[in-house]
Amino acid sequence: MTTRDKILADVRRNQPPLVAAPDLAVWEAKAQAKASLLETFATVAGNVGSRVVLVDSIADLKSHLIIPPDSRVLTSLPQLLDIAKDAALFANNAPHEMENVELAILQAEFGVAENSALWVTEKQMGTRVLPFICQHLALVVKSADIVPDMHAAYLRTQGSDHGFAAFIAGPSKTADIEQSLVLGAHGPRSLVIFVLTS
Amino acid sequence: MKNHAELSEVFNKDEQRVNWHDETLWFVRQKRDKATHQIPDWEELREAASQIKHNVLSDLGNYLEQFEKNAVNNGIRVHWAVDAQEHNKIVHSILKRHGISQMVKSKSMLTEECHLNHYLEDKGINVVDSDLGELIVQLAKEPPSHIVLPCIHKKKEEIGDIFHEHLGSAKGEADPQILTETARIHLRNTFLSRRAALTGVNFAVAETGEFVVCTNEGNADMGAHLSDVHIASMGIEKLIPKRKDLGVFLRLLTRSATGQPITTYSSHFKRPRPGQEMHIILVDNGRSVQLGREDFRNSLKCIRCGACMNTCPVYRRSGGHSYHTAVAGPIGSILAPNLDMKQYADLPFASTLCGSCSNVCPVKIDIHEQLYKWRQVIVKEGYGDKKKAAAMQAMAYTLSSPKVYRLAGKAGRWVMKHTPFAVNNPLNPWYKQRDMPEAPKESFGEWYAKNRG
Repeated sequence: MTTRDKILADVRRNQPPLVAAPDLAVWEAKAQAKASLLETFATVAGNVGSRVVLVDSIADLKSHLIIPPDSRVLTSLPQLLDIAKDAALFANNAPHEMENVELAILQAEFGVAENSALWVTEKQMGTRVLPFICQHLALVVKSADIVPDMHAAYLRTQGSDHGFAAFIAGPSKTADIEQSLVLGAHGPRSLVIFVLTS
Repeated sequence: MKNHAELSEVFNKDEQRVNWHDETLWFVRQKRDKATHQIPDWEELREAASQIKHNVLSDLGNYLEQFEKNAVNNGIRVHWAVDAQEHNKIVHSILKRHGISQMVKSKSMLTEECHLNHYLEDKGINVVDSDLGELIVQLAKEPPSHIVLPCIHKKKEEIGDIFHEHLGSAKGEADPQILTETARIHLRNTFLSRRAALTGVNFAVAETGEFVVCTNEGNADMGAHLSDVHIASMGIEKLIPKRKDLGVFLRLLTRSATGQPITTYSSHFKRPRPGQEMHIILVDNGRSVQLGREDFRNSLKCIRCGACMNTCPVYRRSGGHSYHTAVAGPIGSILAPNLDMKQYADLPFASTLCGSCSNVCPVKIDIHEQLYKWRQVIVKEGYGDKKKAAAMQAMAYTLSSPKVYRLAGKAGRWVMKHTPFAVNNPLNPWYKQRDMPEAPKESFGEWYAKNRG
């Protein structure tokens, strides 16, 4: 008998009689009033250490980024290629080549008001490690793409298929030393979220 | 082997540290309260999570097969391990096949349970823990004392000393910001130079064959995405049926754990990136046995948030190491006796049964009731404390006879009055950290007979 068969047999012998799972439709139907979504999102984002900037267009966000000279910038938005001398379009490259990226500016698919998380898929990352290895991260989301909560978030991802995707909420952080909050543990030291209002 | 009470004494020697530990964890508990109060239907959410997990446990065999099938279709290699030994062997064989002798690891309580680091080190493989708290305890050659806050028992000055010795930070440097930066630089090199990364699994989705890993630091992602070989270890109870169930669990997990609305990163791994190898090890290690214990199977619903530890009046004052098991606190005390009833016979007694753990549990595990039930099982099986059993018998005899009871009361009052040293000494556990009260002159019964009789 293989280990697999043994474990499955032990589990089946010991598992209790079948109990149905609850219907989550009731949770999906509950949604906050739409008017406050952006406000909630911005408040929560601020609480977890993100900076939220409302902009009218992609070109608008340039003035909100201070980029030190000679720093490497990668972006998925062609409109931003003139933002720095060493700015380039992202691509699916070897992950170790991302080591010295100072700033990554990426598009997020949608945001979640209740926790300020942004859903970023492999397609939007170019290279999976990019939003984690860069020193600073900027994510762009349309204000119309902010959903109330995590139930709505997973409804929205239904049917999509990604090898890797992540909810990202704030800069990388730790409080492991005496519960003192430090931003910039292993990943980005800062996260700025540009919300496109037009 | 010292038991919980003896190990607590070690922790209790430093009263200031105990007070700090107690207050800090209570502060985390308060943050949890604040976060949960912002969700109007929090209680219903807990109930939904508990029911989903109930469904998982009742159909675990099929969910495991469904998950395996989908994960394999996604290009993930699935392994099965009946116990810790087999799990460790599988990890080692994967590394050996690739000729890898260095691995970076993110937080995985399962690998603590399996003592993976020791196993691999004996085989000449270097393992670096990349969660900051885990790195600190690894350098200190200690196990984590809390599943979410691994080095909550350490002061920043001690961490400064450890970093000075191992990572070359300035002597006497104890600023958390600077120490974290030191670890960041050190670990960045580690992430960039390791070909293999091991992560834990917070949730595995049967419907899609993907798994979710939650961190605040981003260390799981740094390790996994820079590696040629990603190994994910999970207990078989970590399954959930559908992707949308994550909506329920991700809302609960971090609010319960630290009071955050969600972890910084909730990473969904479905397929290896081109050229990468991705492995999942499904580990039983006693879980199928616990599944068969009707009174205790609910403990398998646990999502490892640590809320029961932060709220526990015993844990907060005795420290995680007093539990001498990988998962400390109330939940650990109902999980450990399943693995070894004799070795962990003391743990279900390390509780006041106040019920606070059950009240904060996001998946509504009846923790304090299970603690009480374990006590009964342990005593019945003959693993109870022998001194306590003798004392209980003497007590039962005394209370069953009014004559003996009155005599014992009189003797007690006489002893406390005339020979207080007989009770005011370290042999009497009630005297530790307490003053004994002054004995009354007479019992209520005697007073009543004199004045109203």
